[in-house]
Amino acid sequence: MADVEDGPGSPAAPGAGGGSAPPVGRLPGRTAWGLRVWWMTAAMWTRSAMAYRTSFVLMTVGNLAATGMDFVVIALMFRHTGSLGGWGLREVAFLYGTAGLAMGLADLLVGSIDKLGERIRLGTLDVVLVRPAPALAQMAADRFALRRIGRPLQASAVLAWALAGLHVDWTWDRVLLLPVMAVCGTVIFASLFVAGSCLQFWAADAAEVQNTVTYGGATLLQYPPTVFARELVAGTVFGVPLAFVNWLPALHVLGRPDPLHLPEAFRFASPAAAALAAAAAGLLWRAGLRSYRGTGS
Amino acid sequence: MLLTLYGSVARGSFRRHATYRAATFAGAFTNTAFGFILSSTYLALWHARPGLGGYSAEAAVTYIWIGQALLATVAVWGGGFQDELQARIRSGDVAVDLYRPVDLQAWWLAGDLGRAAFQLLARGAAPLLVGALAYRLRLPHAAETWAAFLLSAALAVTVSFAVRYLVSLTGFWLLDADGVRALVGITGMFLSGMLLPLALFPGALGAAARVLPWSAMVQVPCDVLLERRTGGALARALGFQLLWAVLLLGAGRAVQGAATRRVVVQGG
Repeated sequence: MADVEDGPGSPAAPGAGGGSAPPVGRLPGRTAWGLRVWWMTAAMWTRSAMAYRTSFVLMTVGNLAATGMDFVVIALMFRHTGSLGGWGLREVAFLYGTAGLAMGLADLLVGSIDKLGERIRLGTLDVVLVRPAPALAQMAADRFALRRIGRPLQASAVLAWALAGLHVDWTWDRVLLLPVMAVCGTVIFASLFVAGSCLQFWAADAAEVQNTVTYGGATLLQYPPTVFARELVAGTVFGVPLAFVNWLPALHVLGRPDPLHLPEAFRFASPAAAALAAAAAGLLWRAGLRSYRGTGS
Repeated sequence: MLLTLYGSVARGSFRRHATYRAATFAGAFTNTAFGFILSSTYLALWHARPGLGGYSAEAAVTYIWIGQALLATVAVWGGGFQDELQARIRSGDVAVDLYRPVDLQAWWLAGDLGRAAFQLLARGAAPLLVGALAYRLRLPHAAETWAAFLLSAALAVTVSFAVRYLVSLTGFWLLDADGVRALVGITGMFLSGMLLPLALFPGALGAAARVLPWSAMVQVPCDVLLERRTGGALARALGFQLLWAVLLLGAGRAVQGAATRRVVVQGG
């Protein structure tokens, strides 16, 4: 991917000139091509956003501040109480940081896909489909917005603050769980973005329903599981796999009892949950794309 | 004559938003989901500190659901007419609008009130109803309170419109008003009391937030429906909203005047 740098000579659109021919057949080759297409499209949109530099700076700052407000609210809550659902401020900050990091990275990488319904309505999805590049990669990077890096940055800062103040016995398994949470959490949220946007193949206007699991999910995971009804928590383990983003691994890192009394293995099962979620999202995307009929314009 | 014109603009806007059924349902669904998530967090806080900020746990949960009902209606976050007006400023089409024998600001205000009326009905009532079924809400029995709430909500929309209009007008200078819009939206969400009642804000921050225009958008209508403002306090609360509406609409007119005098319209 390193050969596609930002520069005046880069192709205006994937497949329009500079890209190599799309490989057919084998999965590794196709995946590499998809990543390359994502990279080229994202680079193109970044250059386009830089045309309005004031706006870009303001919106990046805005993004940082917007997600920061969530944490200010939590901090204000803790001015009035020492614990929420039995969890202290640093522990909640740990949840906040891990959830925000995963959600923010997923939003940065594939969040644009929620514009799918708009493209279906306007008939411009056909343009995407005739290009010799994977539609998923193109759609994930469509209108790529670098300013979204604000959320993961801010979440990382909160996470660092939480880690600095937590009294955790850092055994190797606990240390290892941190990068696992970041990667698997990102994959889970990215899968939710893709799966949620697939709904728009059938209901082009219903983009906001997916916000329930993505933005709603991120809000949910900022708070301790003990705050919520057991049925809701069970739904995030066995239904929409949000609990694997941070709740379950955090129980092990912070040495907390599981409100659902699940087997210990669940706390280490995030990679499996992420793989399942990604596979399910991929299948949904294929089904959606197959059922797609152009608007005829 | 003019009133019937703006009346029909408002009605048209109401009907236009009513056609997006799937989007409306999706929005109400999301508001409801957030209502449940936030109710749990508030209950945890009020379980630890009963009566915090002068709200009972019941009133605190009610506050959440009123907030979710007002979220789309009042558009604290921004939205409504803004995409359209900003696109017209960027493309230069706004020059055509300025030639029309109608007032630009009143035209968009009428449209926004029509939009808000539809969203209060569709995206406001549905989540509030679900919330009332799932939780014991502290909703008023007196019809006067509901009437005062509707008046307060209309004023809230007007104040919010005036702010959003000012924000979109920056597009005359910046070409792309989205950056300012994002910043003002965030400030608004926080200072309106949408995320947390302003009574829970510490000292000076709380005092400042209570007199800034954003508190007229969410905190005041919520307190009106919770019957925290009655009698003279109710009149003062509505007067506070009216004052900000007039001041900000006036500021909008002044900026609009400056924009049309000094700025060369895009698109030639």
